[in-house]
Amino acid sequence: MMYFLIRRTVGFIATLIAVSIVVFAVMNILPGDPALTILGMDATDDALAALREDLGLNEPLLARYFGWVAGALTGDFGLSHSFRVPVSELISERLAMTISLAVAGMLLTLLIALSVGIYAASRHGKAGDWVTMFISQLGIAVPAFWLSILLVLLFAVNLRWLPPGGFPGWSEPVAAMRSLILPTVALALVQSAVLARVTRSSALEVMRQDFTRTARASGLSQRRILWRHVLPNALVPIVTIVGMQFAALVTGTIVIENVFYLPGLGRLIFQSIANRDLPTVQALVMLFAIIVVTANFVVDLLYVLIDPRLKARA
Amino acid sequence: MKSLPANFVIGAVLVALVVGVAGLSLIWTPHDPTALNIRGKFGDPSAVNWLGTDQLGRDIVSQLMAAARNSMTVALVAVLLGGSIGVALGLLASAIGGWIEDGVMRLADLGFAFPALLFAIMLAAVFGPSLTNAVLAIAFINIPIFARVARASANQIWTREYVLAARAAGMNKFTITRDHILPNIAAAVIVQATIEFAVAILAEAALSYLGLGAQPPASSWGRMLSEAQTLMYLAPELAFYPGFCIVIAVLGFGLLGDGLRDITDPRLARAR
Repeated sequence: MMYFLIRRTVGFIATLIAVSIVVFAVMNILPGDPALTILGMDATDDALAALREDLGLNEPLLARYFGWVAGALTGDFGLSHSFRVPVSELISERLAMTISLAVAGMLLTLLIALSVGIYAASRHGKAGDWVTMFISQLGIAVPAFWLSILLVLLFAVNLRWLPPGGFPGWSEPVAAMRSLILPTVALALVQSAVLARVTRSSALEVMRQDFTRTARASGLSQRRILWRHVLPNALVPIVTIVGMQFAALVTGTIVIENVFYLPGLGRLIFQSIANRDLPTVQALVMLFAIIVVTANFVVDLLYVLIDPRLKARA
Repeated sequence: MKSLPANFVIGAVLVALVVGVAGLSLIWTPHDPTALNIRGKFGDPSAVNWLGTDQLGRDIVSQLMAAARNSMTVALVAVLLGGSIGVALGLLASAIGGWIEDGVMRLADLGFAFPALLFAIMLAAVFGPSLTNAVLAIAFINIPIFARVARASANQIWTREYVLAARAAGMNKFTITRDHILPNIAAAVIVQATIEFAVAILAEAALSYLGLGAQPPASSWGRMLSEAQTLMYLAPELAFYPGFCIVIAVLGFGLLGDGLRDITDPRLARAR
């Protein structure tokens, strides 16, 4: 067990280091002058030289890399060019939005996917199964941003129940919640399509096993069998997909924030690209990659909690 | 003859439809998809403009057709590029084994830390947004996927008797890979490619929607949607057609891939 934990943790840290090298390399080594990218073609030579000095571009590449990593470890991502404030400040102002969206999206995804998947499995081969699986097949093909637009058309433009986008700020909690409903639903519906299918097939697998038959024979109710016996035993494949989906969900927030004009990290990335604010883009890409890698690491650890048998094999 | 699975048949029909329309747009569209006609803007569907015109008076049907062609081209180039690099790496890893195999697979793991969107964002920040960067980003995320599939399938083939016999007869690993391994993993690779084609279509649409893919005046379903979004109160119908096309294309390739998998490897189909 200890050996497993240590090995996974070392692998996790090694991946993070490798990710930081890739991000730094793509943003800094690829042909092109960051100062020129930021200032544009008609910048004067003096301005370019000053900015290169500012960005530390005159230092050797390795020194810049270690400087960046050391700064990042202490929460210092340098200065944003377009906003003229530390990048860390920009991030901390917007982190709450992205995390709320991702967490709410994940919870709603789990709620929808587990219910629909278990329901479909319990109606295996019948109309209910067929209909839910047809809808989920369709759901996999629907882009989240198009679903968002359709939701806005229905609930904001036609029915006028919810705002079409924008965010009033956390100081108005009710209005803030209302403006997060459509984004969360759009995020969750698309994600739950995949997860519902995995839940269904995994649950069907478990329902074929002897202990399910025994539970049924001993007179337990169908509901109790499904939620207490089938679901826990069907969790390993589900958790694998959930880990992958959390990564997809976090990058999904980048898209959704741009659809609904929400002031989160995803919107910040696009503002920074438009402003040619390379230090901010670099920090944000790294942050999102860290979240993806961490999600996969947590899934690896969860396996052991869910299925102690894996301990021996790990 | 055993009847073909339903997902294969439906998928094949949808794919034929989308690819057919994309091919047709090479030689014919009802109008020039980029021709402006400000006086005829927001035109209703008519005998001339079957689905009407957009905010600049461009013909919707022609734009959708040109966008289908662009979408197919992006997906084809990205999957071919990423797929061939990935398969080559996977075959290399499987043939040589040892630390090279470990190294390639760790690199593949690393690739999974970068969703296409993040990679496209980095490229756009450094080089500016373009369709080429979108293609490269989508190709990049395909490399680790195909490397894993190729290695896993190839490792199985390397243990077969006829491969052992070939090795005993003194064939070198390159020849064995070319003559025995590659033909035997082709089915698995083609199935994966079909599924990744669907993923690539979705990715291109999302990147173009966000402004990181097709640039004006090139037609793209994703870009049409981002333009339509600003006109939701004026012309909500503009937001329907491109999304509908994306769903048809993605659904088609997804079902076709599932169907091919069911046909080529029934065991795998059950396991999923």
